[in-house]
Amino acid sequence: MSTWRIARLVAAKDLRVEWRSRVVVNQVLPFAALVMVMFAFALDNTQLLTRVAPGLVWLATMFSLVVMVQRSFAVETADGALDALQVAGVRPGGIFLGKALALGAQLAVLQLVLLGAAIVLYRTELVAGGIVLLVTTYLAATTGLAFVGTLYGGLAAGAKGRETLLPLLMLPVVAPVLIGATRATEAALGTEGATPSDGWPWIGLLALFALVFGVGGTLAFGSLIDE
Amino acid sequence: MEPAVQPTVRDAVHPAVALVDVVAVLGSFPALAGASLTVQRGEIVLLRGPNGAGKTSLLRLCAGLLPVERGAATVLGCDLVADRTSVRNRVGLLGHANGLYADLTVADNVRFWGATVRATDHEIDASLQRMGLANRLADVPVGRLSAGQRRRTALACLVARRAELWLLDEPHAGLDAAGRDELDATLRGAAAAGATVIVASHELERAGALASRVVEVVGGQVRELER
Amino acid sequence: MTGFMTSPRNSPGTVAVLDRAPTSTTFSRVLGIATLVGIGWLVVFGLFLSPNDRVQKTGVRIMYIHVPSAWLAYLAFGVTGVSSLAYLWKRTRSLAWDRLAGASAEVGVLFMGITLVSGSLWGRISWGTYWTWDARLTTTAFLFVTYIGYLAVRDLGGTHQQRAKRSAVLAVLAMLEVPLVHFSVTWWRPLHQNETVENGKLSGLMLFTLFVGLIAFTLLYVWLVLHRQRVLTLLDQVDDRGLDVAIAERRNESVPS
Repeated sequence: MSTWRIARLVAAKDLRVEWRSRVVVNQVLPFAALVMVMFAFALDNTQLLTRVAPGLVWLATMFSLVVMVQRSFAVETADGALDALQVAGVRPGGIFLGKALALGAQLAVLQLVLLGAAIVLYRTELVAGGIVLLVTTYLAATTGLAFVGTLYGGLAAGAKGRETLLPLLMLPVVAPVLIGATRATEAALGTEGATPSDGWPWIGLLALFALVFGVGGTLAFGSLIDE
Repeated sequence: MEPAVQPTVRDAVHPAVALVDVVAVLGSFPALAGASLTVQRGEIVLLRGPNGAGKTSLLRLCAGLLPVERGAATVLGCDLVADRTSVRNRVGLLGHANGLYADLTVADNVRFWGATVRATDHEIDASLQRMGLANRLADVPVGRLSAGQRRRTALACLVARRAELWLLDEPHAGLDAAGRDELDATLRGAAAAGATVIVASHELERAGALASRVVEVVGGQVRELER
Repeated sequence: MTGFMTSPRNSPGTVAVLDRAPTSTTFSRVLGIATLVGIGWLVVFGLFLSPNDRVQKTGVRIMYIHVPSAWLAYLAFGVTGVSSLAYLWKRTRSLAWDRLAGASAEVGVLFMGITLVSGSLWGRISWGTYWTWDARLTTTAFLFVTYIGYLAVRDLGGTHQQRAKRSAVLAVLAMLEVPLVHFSVTWWRPLHQNETVENGKLSGLMLFTLFVGLIAFTLLYVWLVLHRQRVLTLLDQVDDRGLDVAIAERRNESVPS
């Protein structure tokens, strides 16, 4: 089977698992919303919250990403399905792309919720002129996060102490996305007088990031999951 | 519905499994300590032996999951020392784990694993039928099934995979009398169609009647037994 | 304790590997002496002969530790990256590259830690703050965490080849990640802290002391990695010997008692 067909098969399977179990909807989304509320408790200043809202949205995304990646691979390792996929000769590159696709779709939903929470809780206001930049930022950043999450999730999946290893490995790597996506979102929302033109260079960085880890992950995934 | 196996020229030359003095390690423990075993195509071989003797490791090694540390090993003509991934897709492994997705239904699981070899809908239905699952059970999530029903589902997935070499680890465990009969009939049918079957089992009476040859695994080594 | 004494894993054969193979050779002894002399020079020049800075007074002397350890850490991570590539490339695949990568990363993490601590102290003296979010500092901190993760992955277990492949892939990913982190933090904080001691303002003797430091630390790096890499080789050999014993033990299980 071609890599792309496997990717579609695996992605459909992951989304179906989510459709039937609702773990992301019932547990991860409330967790993310909770994090947003906790930020408000910690900062306790509405003006400050509005100012730092883009950063908090992306920070909450990073925390939720860790949980989602763990869920994504718990599904594979709970009953030895990852081993079975390997025995079935399913190309690792296809598994990688498929799981990243499903993770990206779930991340996109998560981010809509987080953006909604920012609008409601932090008085964030969307600016008409920044919508294109905002959507592009979300697409590029989500793609990159989905790739990195799947790559390091696969590496940690078979390991002892995977719950603690995953954030240690993954969070330093996603730092450029946190910085880039936050700056671009600020530009799109006009935070502190920023304009959309300030945001576009960051899109370049986000796209490069997604490209590097997309290609790297497709090539390297096999050696990382092979125990 | 029998597995379709088209022997190639290479298959005629090479035995299904040829292990010579194979050592395989789990961490620093030599699970296999110089195991040698030759299995011809179409044979049904029973592996017996005490717990911890290395039966599971032997099966995992043949499936290309466990690396060959020392010695020589070819499975279906593929050299496992040079590239243990080369044999994948041509073998089917039923290990201790079932390799099922607990949130998906029985039919979803069989369909997913069947799709990895492009099984048709007809073949999927036949696999379910074979293991007595083509009824109301087909639409029940695997997580809600009993251990025996899960085992049946895993076997149905294996049937749908149409492997040339079937590796089964304690397949009888957890099955009721009807399930065992269906399993035995399935394995006989597979062997008759040209597939090779290696079964590790403590059900010596039942599996012994099924097998064309019995070997004993003790201390990470293999010994032939008189029939 | 009796179990320990009688366990075949600790048999004389295993220990003998270590007895027969010390990690030092004539070359590494000479290198070690040269390193000691270099560090002695650095102490003499750094603490006594080099002058005080006009602004920072005696605090400038931290530079003679800070800059060489930063250089050493970057060198070490570079070596880890290159030897990981050498392992992944089929024609040069050898566990020696893997052990070199591992040894170098360990030394790199140690000296990256020293860099961060000495830099914080120096920053406190010269800027009045332990930490500043400038691009170079931030990248350095990220490298530190990344390679701690790398070392954690090296410890995951499995066969030597599995360890080597997994960690080599991770090291290459880290090499790809470093420029991305660097770009992002550079754009994020485009204004560099002006360095308090600019190159042009270093007196001749200060510059000389700094070079002594760089040379001494480079020698130290080579010496440390050489030994660490040999120790790792011996550890792998002990594993292999242990395996021989364990195989014999495992085979005995099959003898009916």
